[in-house]
Amino acid sequence: MNMTENAEHGTHSRRFYVAIGMTLLALTATTVFAAFVNLGPFNPVVAFLIATIKATLVVLFFMHVKGASEKLTGAVVVSGFFFLAILISLSLADYLTRSWR
Amino acid sequence: MHDSQLTTVEHEAHNPALLHHFADAQQQKNAASLGMWLFLVTEIMFFGGMFCAYLMYRLAHFNAFAAGSQQLSIKLGAFNTAVLLVSSLTVVLAVKAAEAGDRKQLVTYLVLTVALGLTFLVVKGFEYAEKFERHHVPGPTFSFTDTFDDGVHKIPVNPNEAQLYFSLYFAMTGMHALHMIIGCGLFTVLAVFAWRGHYSPSYFTPIENAGLYWHLVDIIWIYLFPLLYLISRHR
Repeated sequence: MNMTENAEHGTHSRRFYVAIGMTLLALTATTVFAAFVNLGPFNPVVAFLIATIKATLVVLFFMHVKGASEKLTGAVVVSGFFFLAILISLSLADYLTRSWR
Repeated sequence: MHDSQLTTVEHEAHNPALLHHFADAQQQKNAASLGMWLFLVTEIMFFGGMFCAYLMYRLAHFNAFAAGSQQLSIKLGAFNTAVLLVSSLTVVLAVKAAEAGDRKQLVTYLVLTVALGLTFLVVKGFEYAEKFERHHVPGPTFSFTDTFDDGVHKIPVNPNEAQLYFSLYFAMTGMHALHMIIGCGLFTVLAVFAWRGHYSPSYFTPIENAGLYWHLVDIIWIYLFPLLYLISRHR
């Protein structure tokens, strides 16, 4: 019973969580290191990508969205970030194309 | 679960935490976490507005934003990022301990989480104090004489544009810190309840939902750290 319940909640072993935590710390070190390397216009891109990888790890494993028995949770999570993407991309489409004035 | 168990009397004998309008404990848990996620989505949109404003102003006044960012301490920022990530780990281990019904471990992890949260806030407090000393707090006494070092030249920046950066810095980190303070309060209450034995393997929804909240606050900082601290650091 306990085993099936664990599977339903998508919880993992303690070692797995510690490994995810260590990965997050390593990615933090990577993003600090990458900030000091001159990548030209790609510095903010790399910083954003690493942050997104970290956020995805937290959402999927710490927040138990991966393996959640309620599939609707995943839809709500995706919709939240989807509308944020609309907000930012449409605002950028406006402000980045004003130089012709 | 058999249909015969769905009668009221056997329910209460089976699991006192199960409310009557739910078919079983699993459905009740799913509903609680779905409700929590709906709240978290409103939080994403709330912080999203500030992130959007930050992006637009950063694109418009990049040099001033880079000059402002170069005044922040990467060491303190990175330390605080690590503290928050470890606190997320202690939260997830607390949920695991609650699931296993290990009361002592649960209380330990909850107390650890509060301690790490307070550590973050104390470090943030020192950072804010330094901003006050250097008149980098937006307002009538704001002054900014630093230049943007792009590796070749030291480019002077408009102090008003730098003030815009620090306004967003204080709005975003301040709102984040407020969420941290609320989180620390939440986990303190949960630790007391856990110590008194309010939670069992069949009912620890408050721990799970407070954990979801804490992880979201962590995610917001995961984005705040590179956006505020790491602009144009290579010289």
